[in-house]
Amino acid sequence: MDPFILSRIQFAANISFHILFPTITIALGWVLLYFKLRYIRSSDDAWMKAYHFWVKVFALSFAFGVVSGVTMSFQFGTNWPGYMETVGNIAGPLLAYEILTAFFLEAAFLGIMLFGFRRVSNRVHTLATFLVAFGTTVSAFWIIALNSWMQTPAGFEMRGGKAYATDWVAIIFNPSMPYRLVHMLLASALTASFLIAGVSALRWLLGDRTDAMWKTLRTGVYLAAILIPIQIFAGDQHGLNTLEHQPQKIAAMEANWETGSNVPLVLFALPDEATRENRFEIAVPDGASLILRHSAQGVVPGLNQFEGNHPPVLPLFFAFRVMVGTGVLMLLVSWMAAWMLWRRGTIARPLAMLMVPMALSGWVATLAGWYTTEIGRQPWLVSGVLRTVDALGPVSAGVIASSLVAYLVVYAVLLLAYIGVIIRLAVKAAKEGDKQPEPGVEDQPLGQPVRGA
Amino acid sequence: MTYNAATILPLIFAGLMGFSILVYVILDGFDLGVGILFAGTDDAERDTMVAAIGPFWDANETWLVLAIGLLLVAFPAAHGVVLSTLYIPVVIMLISLILRGVAFDFRAKVDLHVKPRWNFAFYAGSITASMAQGYMLGVYILGLDQSWTGVLFGLLVGLCLTASYAAIGAAWIIHKTEGALQHKAVLLMRRSLVFVALGMIAISLVTPLASPRIFAKWFSLPEIILLAPLPLVTASLFAALWYVLDHLPAANDRHSALPFVMMAGIFALGFAGLAYSFYPYVVPDRLTIFEAASAPESLGIILVGVIVVLPVIIGYSIFAYRVFGGKASELRYD
Repeated sequence: MDPFILSRIQFAANISFHILFPTITIALGWVLLYFKLRYIRSSDDAWMKAYHFWVKVFALSFAFGVVSGVTMSFQFGTNWPGYMETVGNIAGPLLAYEILTAFFLEAAFLGIMLFGFRRVSNRVHTLATFLVAFGTTVSAFWIIALNSWMQTPAGFEMRGGKAYATDWVAIIFNPSMPYRLVHMLLASALTASFLIAGVSALRWLLGDRTDAMWKTLRTGVYLAAILIPIQIFAGDQHGLNTLEHQPQKIAAMEANWETGSNVPLVLFALPDEATRENRFEIAVPDGASLILRHSAQGVVPGLNQFEGNHPPVLPLFFAFRVMVGTGVLMLLVSWMAAWMLWRRGTIARPLAMLMVPMALSGWVATLAGWYTTEIGRQPWLVSGVLRTVDALGPVSAGVIASSLVAYLVVYAVLLLAYIGVIIRLAVKAAKEGDKQPEPGVEDQPLGQPVRGA
Repeated sequence: MTYNAATILPLIFAGLMGFSILVYVILDGFDLGVGILFAGTDDAERDTMVAAIGPFWDANETWLVLAIGLLLVAFPAAHGVVLSTLYIPVVIMLISLILRGVAFDFRAKVDLHVKPRWNFAFYAGSITASMAQGYMLGVYILGLDQSWTGVLFGLLVGLCLTASYAAIGAAWIIHKTEGALQHKAVLLMRRSLVFVALGMIAISLVTPLASPRIFAKWFSLPEIILLAPLPLVTASLFAALWYVLDHLPAANDRHSALPFVMMAGIFALGFAGLAYSFYPYVVPDRLTIFEAASAPESLGIILVGVIVVLPVIIGYSIFAYRVFGGKASELRYD
């Protein structure tokens, strides 16, 4: 295989592995703050149990995020030196701000959040929880700004083959950035809420009926049920934004080969780039025109406008459908669970059994969405500025293949271990009861409000 | 040399990068060192040792991201050259850091019968990451020399850095624990120091011999006189540290932080020597910091952020260290 494809697979593997964990921690940080604030308001010790259970998941996910994030900062140099050489003047400051403002905020206060409950005052502990949540979100802001700039570059000029910044506001708030940021933050919230709901459902299935279980179950289910319709709306808006700025991506996602009106919405097909047609197509007449242009006569751009300059159709077509399909499933499951919890105060066994695997649905949808947008940028690394192939480094295919295999093996093992540990935490909490420390039983003086106080 | 934005900014950023690397080797050095010292300890001791680094390691490792981030954003050309040349050791280091980082969390959360596996992953990951970092430093000192000389020298520096991390890890344990474990840490630190000293002497001899430019920078008048304090102070620090270790642990746990401070001093001095040897190159004998720097406008934007944020980072890092001051006991999430 050639080093170009191998480097791309390796980058995809590393960044896919990395994104799994920030997707959880960005929103889980805010959920933990919510648990903490509810505890302060009510002095109900079940909220603190919920906090202590989920802070463990947070710690583990955060550790995964940190170590896989270190890998990211090296990758540009090891495999894609052309990237920073061409657009370093823009990407550099954005990455620097990410590290400076956010990464440190999270990492330093994480210690206090995880281990400081007894060592600092209640207020400082709550503040640390807030700062960690805030830091993860600011991190996302900078990274999304950079990624969106690569999709829809603005505010720069090219001199001697290098990009120079002319307008930082235009760079940061480039055309696709607000849409992508909202879409990603909601994706994170949904990933975390389905994880919380799924793990709580597992505890429920194992016979756990503690207050802490009910509180986390309701939090996860209601949060998911509220956010999923908002996410579907935000995703639609993001799609319209893409249609305006990256029409070739939409054309590939819809497998639409010819520009025209009355374009059908392809539900399923096997797009074939050699013959430029869809095989086994199942389509809704006028569907794509209606969705994208809100009129059956609406003209939708086709791939014929972008020959030789559009992303590969097959992976985009399927990645997009996996994302949408998962989203619809998430809508059904979360609304059904919310309805049951609201009307009956409990959930049905088959639904709980469905919710357990759905704990990972956020991961599936997020990855599929990122594949859609990232593969959809090809053949460009920075749209219209730098082709991916031109950024490739000098490392040989054999070396990249070995490192790729090493990464994949490590990631597979760690991912299994991660899921295994979360299941184990849930089983342990369900079987042996939440063996969290009861506030106030330690001999050290407490900075925290205790139950009944 | 004229002083304008195009010359001063690269200097400032080289300084910042050097500072981040130094902070990284001292801070992540001690938690990598704790992993290395898993070799000579039992399970109960390991739990205490991990508790002693638990609240800190995430932030410690972030300094590596900052250092590499600064190389990436301020000297993009160098980042590409250095990292694609050092591809294999970089991958080994990254995989090791991943393994030890998560093993650290896993070992406290899994069933008891699989705990030894994650203990081993933590130990092996720490030692391989240290070796890889030292190896890269060695190859880098010789101007990214990939021949057998470069490889052998890289391995030598790898051993020296691993011993240094073990030493500073032991110093941290001396400061954070008490009783039998503290005694043991004193012993372990003395053993590691022997290798640190041998390694530092070897590096100091080989570096000027391997590079005529570095030789000229050190062994000419008046530099040799001006620079003489550097090796002399380092040597006396070693002697003083040896003496202090002879008298530890002391009554009322006095001076338990001293070995750590002195070891950090040795790191700083060794680092200063290296920095002097390399200046003004960011890729030895190939690319100076001025040639590799980003556009002054972009560096200026980053600098504003650095000036505002870095003191805050240092401030709350000190706060976090103070919150978790005192002796470590059991690692617990409350």
